[in-house]
Amino acid sequence: MTPQSTFMITATVRVGELKNLRTLLASLNQEEIPGHANPENNLVPFGKFDRLHFARFVIIEAKTAHEITAFGVNPRPWRPTLAFLGDIDGDKESFLAQLAEHAASGLKQIFSYCEDFSEEGSDLLEWMKRHNVDQQANYVNWIGRTVKQIHEEAALHQSLSAYLQQIVDEVGRENIRPLRQKLLSYVEMEKHKGRLTLTPPEPTPVGWKTKNLMHKFGVPLILLLLSPIFLIIAPFFAIRLRMLERSDPELFIRPSREHIKTLTVQEDWDVSNQYSVFGDVKPGLFRLLTFRFIVFLTDYIARHIYNRGYLTRIKTIHFARWVFVDNNHRVFFASNYDGSHESYMDDFINKVGWGLNLLFSNGVGYPTTTWLIKDGAQREHPFKYTQRRHQIPTEVWYKAYPGLTAVDLARNSRIRQGIENRQWNDAELREWLSLI
Amino acid sequence: MNKTSNFEFDDLQGLLRFGHGKLTDTCFLLLNIADVDAAKQWLSAAPITDASTTDTLPDTALQIAFSVEGLRTLKLRESVIEGFSDEFIVGMTGDESRSRRLGDVDDNTPSKWEWGGSETAVPHVLLLLYARQGELDHWRTTVEGEHFAEAFHLLSQLPTQSINDIEPFGFVDGISQPTIDWMQKQSTDIHERDRYSNLLAPGEMVLGYPNEYGHYTPRPLIDPQEDRLAAELPDAEDEPRLKDLGRNGTYLVIRQLSQDVPGFWRFLDKEAASDADRREQIATAMVGRERNGTPLIAEHIPGIAAEDHGNNFTFDLDPKGNHCPIGAHIRRANPRTGDFPPGVTGLFSRLIKILGFAQAPEEDLIASSRFHRLLRRGRSYGSVLSPEDAVKPDAPAGDRGIQFICLVANISRQFEFVQNAWMVNSKFGGVQNERGPLVGHRKPLIDGQSTDHFNRPDAAGTMRTVCHLPQFVTVRGGGYFFMPGLRALKYIAATPTNGRDSAS
Repeated sequence: MTPQSTFMITATVRVGELKNLRTLLASLNQEEIPGHANPENNLVPFGKFDRLHFARFVIIEAKTAHEITAFGVNPRPWRPTLAFLGDIDGDKESFLAQLAEHAASGLKQIFSYCEDFSEEGSDLLEWMKRHNVDQQANYVNWIGRTVKQIHEEAALHQSLSAYLQQIVDEVGRENIRPLRQKLLSYVEMEKHKGRLTLTPPEPTPVGWKTKNLMHKFGVPLILLLLSPIFLIIAPFFAIRLRMLERSDPELFIRPSREHIKTLTVQEDWDVSNQYSVFGDVKPGLFRLLTFRFIVFLTDYIARHIYNRGYLTRIKTIHFARWVFVDNNHRVFFASNYDGSHESYMDDFINKVGWGLNLLFSNGVGYPTTTWLIKDGAQREHPFKYTQRRHQIPTEVWYKAYPGLTAVDLARNSRIRQGIENRQWNDAELREWLSLI
Repeated sequence: MNKTSNFEFDDLQGLLRFGHGKLTDTCFLLLNIADVDAAKQWLSAAPITDASTTDTLPDTALQIAFSVEGLRTLKLRESVIEGFSDEFIVGMTGDESRSRRLGDVDDNTPSKWEWGGSETAVPHVLLLLYARQGELDHWRTTVEGEHFAEAFHLLSQLPTQSINDIEPFGFVDGISQPTIDWMQKQSTDIHERDRYSNLLAPGEMVLGYPNEYGHYTPRPLIDPQEDRLAAELPDAEDEPRLKDLGRNGTYLVIRQLSQDVPGFWRFLDKEAASDADRREQIATAMVGRERNGTPLIAEHIPGIAAEDHGNNFTFDLDPKGNHCPIGAHIRRANPRTGDFPPGVTGLFSRLIKILGFAQAPEEDLIASSRFHRLLRRGRSYGSVLSPEDAVKPDAPAGDRGIQFICLVANISRQFEFVQNAWMVNSKFGGVQNERGPLVGHRKPLIDGQSTDHFNRPDAAGTMRTVCHLPQFVTVRGGGYFFMPGLRALKYIAATPTNGRDSAS
């Protein structure tokens, strides 16, 4: 199994260059489709990197920085920052090296709009490594599913589906064993002709396996050891939490229609969309520690429990990550999800409102919660306004498998398993045929 | 909380409570305001039908709704207009991103519409007249009175025709309707609504009341200290200092949907190799009901009388769509899902479901239908053409379709969501690249994958697929309107024409 990893290269944009940088980034996009990368563009030809699932260029601006004044705190300064993010198969170092090798001139051109980068003077790879920011929590829809696998399995499904239509009347819908036999030999034939490939998974890197195992058992162990302390602070935590939840200002500010328009113009071209959001952590150590702790747990749970196609009740997120920046005063969140924005949010409110509350209620502007999990997102309009208000446009977005949702990917994998696992009863066989 | 046991039906336009089904003759007028003062005068005296009941059924009805341009022309202050939702203010066609979301692309593109296709083309006023058979002309003369032509400019009169609740393709229509819980007896708490119920909080349809989240949808509230006229408006329940212009009003969404009846039945006839039974079978699967309205599934659910066979079911017992295909029209229009997937019996199983465990791969993709319901009030138009006649080569041509109307308190969470996430979504409920078989456009996905087919899951395993579906329904017009309560209408009619901070 090839585990996934991420990169996020950030750098402050030079004063006065914001507009020029935007124009340059727009040239990476498809002409007709705002914000959607042309996979074959000259600057960063995303399509050539076969380990790359998703990528985006986003200019992080603190447009909602003033909101923290409601807490009686002065906004911290923030300079517009370019971020280049990607979700990849395998390790980050070798991928960055590939990037530096195959997209050097384009990346140099882009980063030359950032401070402390000069097109001639800087070693691109070293510079990118130095400017990489690690996330505090990462979610991968299916750990181990590679881009290559996704493409191979999509091709398999398409090919099988066309063939099944051809033979079903001739063989008979009820003759499931002969149907399957024909499908199996068809796949063999197509593989032989080189039209289908089903590459077996790579062995899991030993280093990753060991680290993952240590993490899996180490974290609960440490938490267990610390549990007496948690028990002692719990009542104080509860009292302080309720005090803050009662006193924190709730900001009921409707985002401007202009802002909504710059966001929606990039949405609903594909079956998936991107989401980038940026905001302040509520002032005070209590909020910060609570936030960090919950994000830490989320990372653990995503890594060891929700790594097989669903995050609690949600099956529409491909990748998501939480990144604390500006010395823990601000948080950047990025996700790639299926469906349109409104349905993403409604699904969230109705299915996992409690989870949203846990994860975002320590951010400035979030609607009032009760006991960290209640209310919050279910205060529909304050929630919808705040999440749109804090959303920032993504200049360039790349998805390696347009037209496919996470549910499609899971289905295609099940179809492939049906080709490779041969011991099935009738009910399982019918189920398998129904997927094609 | 039973404070509205005497619901203000006399302040509500009748259409929110009644479909006026007995009033078979209708006339939908699209109007622009020609003379603001004359229009206000007409409005202040217009015999708008309210929702209170009388001993005898009325012989006529009149309802009215305004677009945002209409309200601006009537000099409603911009600061008041800002209290309405973005969807209403921008309009159905004011933003290409919205058109993309609604599936108003290709042949449905607003620039091809007969009316309402651009921001400036949206009519100011929508006037709906209803009367018993043969009495419409008389009613219209009464309604219009003397100075109507001076006040309004008639843009168009939308065709309508009553064919006994049967829509032009030949199916009984309008069966699935939410029941409004006027007395607010049912809890909206997520912890008490695991299963699907047809009862809906009034705030889902009527502004100014708690919705299914137990909250009030934002709407224009006016401070009576600053605007003395507003003193006559109802109080805002959630902001007692303020007056509520939205209360007892609703948003009205209208779309003229042209239906290619011969095209539909001829396509199916070809698909069925001219076998009438098979043809019927495919059509039934696409709709999810037989022509007489019988659903392809039967089950008892709360909120609907057991005798109401057309409505008394959910799809819980048919998760794979072997009886009623996942992509069938009625399943997309109302998936009838509860807040949790089936199988929640106690605390433990609830926790398991909340955490997303023990689920089949395609379970729970669509949940909480109660937040996406529409109160439908449409009427069909065009001459009747039976399927049997439609397949004949000499089938009479002619424009047929439906004036789709729905009433909602939140256009984006209700109408737009249903249209986008359910009706035209090529991945709805895990279907494989198919859009609504009846109403969807057929645009391929961004990577070129086609969406012009319809799958029928089958207990045998292999799905039955209908390929190369043409587009059967084309959008010809539409718009978002606000249908005010009667006191709000009086306020709108009374605002001075030299209004402060007006838009123009």
